Amino acid sequence: MAEPATAEHLKRTPLYALNVELGGKMVPFAGYEMPVQFPAGILKEHLHTRAAAGLFDVSHMGQAFLRLENPTGDADARHAAIAALLEELTPGEIKGLKPGQIRYTLLLNDKGGIRDDFMVSRPNDAKFAGTLFLVVNAATKDADFAHIAAKLKGRARVERLEEQALIALQGPKAVEVFDRIVPGVAAMSFMTIAPFTWERTQLFVSRSGYTGEDGYEITLPANMAVPFARVLLADKDVAPIGLGARDSLRLEAGLCLYGHDIDETTTPVEANLTWAIGKRRKREKGFPGADIIMGQLFDGAKRLRVGIKPDGRAPAREGADIVDASGNVVGRVTSGGFGPSVNGPIAMGYVRPDLAKDGTPLGLVVRGQTLAAKVAPLPFIPKRFHKPG
Amino acid sequence: MSETRYTKDHEWVRVDGGVATVGITQYAAEQLGDVVFVELPKVGKAVEKGGEAAVVESVKAASEVYAPISGEIVEVNGAIEGEPAKVNAEPMGGGWFIKLKVKDAAEVSALMTEAQYQDYVKGL
Repeated sequence: MAEPATAEHLKRTPLYALNVELGGKMVPFAGYEMPVQFPAGILKEHLHTRAAAGLFDVSHMGQAFLRLENPTGDADARHAAIAALLEELTPGEIKGLKPGQIRYTLLLNDKGGIRDDFMVSRPNDAKFAGTLFLVVNAATKDADFAHIAAKLKGRARVERLEEQALIALQGPKAVEVFDRIVPGVAAMSFMTIAPFTWERTQLFVSRSGYTGEDGYEITLPANMAVPFARVLLADKDVAPIGLGARDSLRLEAGLCLYGHDIDETTTPVEANLTWAIGKRRKREKGFPGADIIMGQLFDGAKRLRVGIKPDGRAPAREGADIVDASGNVVGRVTSGGFGPSVNGPIAMGYVRPDLAKDGTPLGLVVRGQTLAAKVAPLPFIPKRFHKPG
Repeated sequence: MSETRYTKDHEWVRVDGGVATVGITQYAAEQLGDVVFVELPKVGKAVEKGGEAAVVESVKAASEVYAPISGEIVEVNGAIEGEPAKVNAEPMGGGWFIKLKVKDAAEVSALMTEAQYQDYVKGL
């Protein structure tokens, strides 16, 4: 951001008044006033999401359509054209998206560093042929959309959805709760998007999330966000969840937080996000920093993101030095804290590749003391995404 | 038992027979949120008024507990190491952190009274 966010500059989401009414402790986050927690507290909110369903206001995130300037041909031809453009900026397999499919991908800089991580969807409605739906991080959204618009100028345009709220409903009860309110959503597969109607309001429903749980992310007009959230919250299984629990949920799920676990200096290979590079893309290259990234894929990276589990009870926070058995600093913790479902401290960080194997003993320097820890497989908790039967 | 005194950093002190029991206030416990880890000093350690005496961690962050007065640590509350949630459940009682041998009684009387602390918290 160009200037530090002060109270006067902070923006509010369409759910701001409801967040306050629900007792949300509002804090500045990515230029918005967001609830870090509700009266239940982070620990209970986290466990509630894993046991039932949590409602998250994620309206601060950036939503946009990427649209062809001059669409020609049938729906598949239009998709191929818009996908080819986005593929100039990302290593993901975008052309191969089927109608209604969502993919996690990365916006790269010319050195193969990560400008942002985001979700891209191919809408399943023919009238959207030649468009992609993008959801990017709040802190990076202005820069992301400006970058995409500049790079694709004259060929595609970014249409930001400023008047659309985004609500996530996550947890094992999310499906049955939401299907009672919007019949049909239970039939969706994970990582698909489809339009639904609720109270004569158009919803774009994604079966996706960032908590390690099954659930949905719902785009809807700002003026309907509060009534819609109230209907969800009226269900005894649904509780409002703040950013604090969102962070501990994604950390347990081994998911990266942009600006912490990944940034412009980390590549997809270093970040252990190689799976986000499409097979065809590896062959064809043609994405930013492809030479550097393919070189790392071939020769190995100098550092790798790993999960780390301290042996004891003390959490190691972001910024803590990681040391090897001889006490040499070999990396740094990029996310760390207490995992309520793990019921213990957990962390992620970067280490030398020879120290990246599961079970490798490491030390974490906390308040001047070196705490014993081990490299641990990610995620820290089993993922419970919905897989099509 | 003597009256409870308070610091601006939200610690409380209660002196009994020259030994001060120290904990964090209800307000502090609520602000921290669910406590998931505490680190206590070694018995026998000498602490200075305002120095770091213990660490308390919530899901989100780590915070220091400062010594409200100078003295030697004579006992620590092992119960909150095993059950950190006790700090939230009984901050003013069973969730105490340390016991100090009081070095200078004047340091205790210089701290805020209950009424002064309540006024202080209201102003935050």
